[in-house]
Amino acid sequence: MDKEPYFSVSITVNGVLVEAEAPARESLADFLRHRVGLTGTHVGCEQGICGACTVRFDGRIARSCLTLAAQAHGHSIETIEGVTDSGEIASLQQAFLKHNAAQCGFCTPGMLISAAEFLNTHEATDRKSIRAFLSGNYCRCTGYHAIVDAIEEIARKKTDA
Amino acid sequence: MKPAQFNYVRAKSVDQVLDLLERPTSYTKILAGGQSLNPTLNMRLSAPDVLIDINDLDELKGIALQGEMLHIGALTRHVELEQSDLVARHTPLLAKAIEHVAHAAIRNRGTIGGNVSLADPASELPACCVALDARFTIKNKQGTRTTRARDYFKDLYETDLQENDLLTSISFPVAKQNSVCGFREFVRRRGDFASTGLAVNAELEDGVFTSFSPVFFAVANTPVLAAGIAQLLVNKKLTDELIEQATASVDDEVEIAGDSYMSVEMKRHLAKHYLGAIIEELYG
Repeated sequence: MDKEPYFSVSITVNGVLVEAEAPARESLADFLRHRVGLTGTHVGCEQGICGACTVRFDGRIARSCLTLAAQAHGHSIETIEGVTDSGEIASLQQAFLKHNAAQCGFCTPGMLISAAEFLNTHEATDRKSIRAFLSGNYCRCTGYHAIVDAIEEIARKKTDA
Repeated sequence: MKPAQFNYVRAKSVDQVLDLLERPTSYTKILAGGQSLNPTLNMRLSAPDVLIDINDLDELKGIALQGEMLHIGALTRHVELEQSDLVARHTPLLAKAIEHVAHAAIRNRGTIGGNVSLADPASELPACCVALDARFTIKNKQGTRTTRARDYFKDLYETDLQENDLLTSISFPVAKQNSVCGFREFVRRRGDFASTGLAVNAELEDGVFTSFSPVFFAVANTPVLAAGIAQLLVNKKLTDELIEQATASVDDEVEIAGDSYMSVEMKRHLAKHYLGAIIEELYG
């Protein structure tokens, strides 16, 4: 193949329509980082293992390294920047801060988006359920205990409310 | 870790896909959820000329009960199986297994058709399809055929699917009143591919198994239906002795290969343990 094949995409990113030409082989993660300039989505393993690139695809979490930008054409993507600016996960972020749940911070955007999905879709507040759900997100500082502490606090507050 | 160049086609109909698959000169792959295909592209284990994205084809989605069969569209995502009342009621083995398939973010995108098209030997769903005697509906330009799961898995990542074939749906015989099932697997991290696993679909009447389908996975190139073990157990009064005999027969009935994560001995140990545990669980 001599010429790089491109695909025209229009993707709603954090509520804003983004129209661009992207190489057919470009991942959604690279598209968000390099074309849209949203570098909160981190690229770790590029094979779906680590969870650092987790974003929302039509409202549900997905690996942006295992999704082509072309596949997101016509769909809605939310990144860590979007859910931060909207204030949706503000209390969760505060809890991460309080419990020192971010060490190097590389996994944190993916952890937060995954944790938000857990809190949105589960009634459970026990650590075992939180850990089971977070099994798709690696923290290479191994700071899991503090991360689970933070999520547990918000889960309990949600149940008490 | 970036894919080689490829052309990308967003398919608008099944017919269009079947037409595209007829072109013999280019290497074409179908892109469903992409949760297994995209890693292989990123690692350049696979370098197709053309990717056909079938995600817009609504006719390949959905779960429907028709008589004695539950039909699941190939493009139905794992999360939909997980949340489906029909699946929970009519194919409880599938419901049990699905929560072990990868992680939430991957279950939101991955599809049952993509899973069994790849046919990873360590994956849960192929084993369940074999245990439940599922039927795969496969289309190509020449027509439609149905293949039993028990004939579909040929070898490592090799299935009955030919280069011009599209898997369109998977159909499961619905559970009967006396159906029982069990599922066990060993993983290094929850959601990872299994190192050894066992899916069992059976029928139990008055304390006697009238059918018993044990399918071991992550032990060989394909899921292994151990017919010899079934024969030992069916229509016999269950005793401790019989259970011991059944678990011991794993040595002869299941050809096990080790891998970089787990030795043959450990896999055999777990296979026997899971078999005994599931028999007791179903019987109890």
